[in-house]
Amino acid sequence: MEQKILDLIFQIANEFNEQLENKIAIHQGREAHLYGRNGVLDSLGLVSFVMAVEQSVESEFSVAVTLADEKALSQQNSPFQTIGSLADYIKKLIEEASRTSG
Amino acid sequence: MDKQVTLITGTRKGIGRFLAEHYVKQGHLVVGCSRSEVDWHMEGYEHHIVDVANEAAVTSLFSAVHKKYGRLTHLINNAGIASMNHSVLTPLSTVHTILNTNVVGTFLFCREGAKLMQRNHYGRIINFSTVAVPLHLEGEAVYAASKAAIVSLTQILARELAGFGITVNAVGPTPVQTDLIRAVPVDKMQALLARQAIPRFAEFRDIANVVDFFLRPESDFISGQLIYLGGVS
Ligand SMILES: NC(=O)c1ccc[n+]([C@@H]2O[C@H](COP(=O)([O-])OP(=O)(O)OC[C@H]3O[C@@H](n4cnc5c(N)ncnc54)[C@H](OP(=O)(O)O)[C@@H]3O)[C@@H](O)[C@H]2O)c1
Repeated sequence: MEQKILDLIFQIANEFNEQLENKIAIHQGREAHLYGRNGVLDSLGLVSFVMAVEQSVESEFSVAVTLADEKALSQQNSPFQTIGSLADYIKKLIEEASRTSG
Repeated sequence: MDKQVTLITGTRKGIGRFLAEHYVKQGHLVVGCSRSEVDWHMEGYEHHIVDVANEAAVTSLFSAVHKKYGRLTHLINNAGIASMNHSVLTPLSTVHTILNTNVVGTFLFCREGAKLMQRNHYGRIINFSTVAVPLHLEGEAVYAASKAAIVSLTQILARELAGFGITVNAVGPTPVQTDLIRAVPVDKMQALLARQAIPRFAEFRDIANVVDFFLRPESDFISGQLIYLGGVS
């Protein structure tokens, strides 16, 4: 599952890079920064990115996850800081969703 | 052109039901919801049983709309409840229920609606406030506070969602004769109407007129606005 999640994030990052002046450093893999310190997305960019990821997770895993988080816009603790932290966060949400649905 | 998809909350009765019929007549595909089943049927309308304050139910409603239509053009956050009581005599459970339905419900639908709307870089969101906010009506402290919160949500979401081609506006009806105000004593109601510039009850069509205006494609430069009925300001 982890690889699948990473793949879909990379795919979206690639699509975003076509528009971004400051590109997401996809070659850095999990360490590639998205948002916050060293991040390349501004808050509107982050919102669009997160919405694209949610849609892609829903069609790939058939679960609706809401990638909302108290610390979303925090410069230090945002789960959206890097591709890796985002993937971990999504994995956790999918596991929680499948646990509650039975 | 693809048909417009219009999601309206609280359609079982009252204003919501009227708006559902109004937009079905205009050829929209109307999706409605409320906590209980409807005892009426209309071609072009589908009903979902959803409590607007239940996050899981709301997200699955949006998943269903996404799967079936792949888009959302309009969202009308009409579902709402009121309670007339002196604040000293108001149980906390009532406060929670009002805030959950009116504020949390509106927020959840805006959040999920925006996600679906931004795919087409187009959307119209209409929220429901009330003249009880500017008139500071005694006995409606919690209700008016919840509807004041909706004004703040509307104004800020207008800014947050502008970049996605989505406008967010609100209508503030005066009293209109539905179950919502049935419990208000006649003399209180007369005194209230007397404070309006145009002292009469609102009709459903008065509300639909404002909603029509906000929904027009030509209204794409109008966002974060609140229109009160009856000349209240
Ligand atoms: N009537 C007025 O004088 C007046 C004045 C100003 C503003 N407004 C606003 O206009 C809106 C509509 O009011 P109305 O007069 O049409 O009220 P109403 O006749 O009491 O109808 C309320 C509708 O909302 C639904 N609803 C209530 N709680 C819900 C929940 N938690 N989840 C989903 N649906 C819910 C109800 O269906 P279920 O019971 O099946 O859930 C019903 O269809 C409200 O936002 C109200 O604040 C009304």
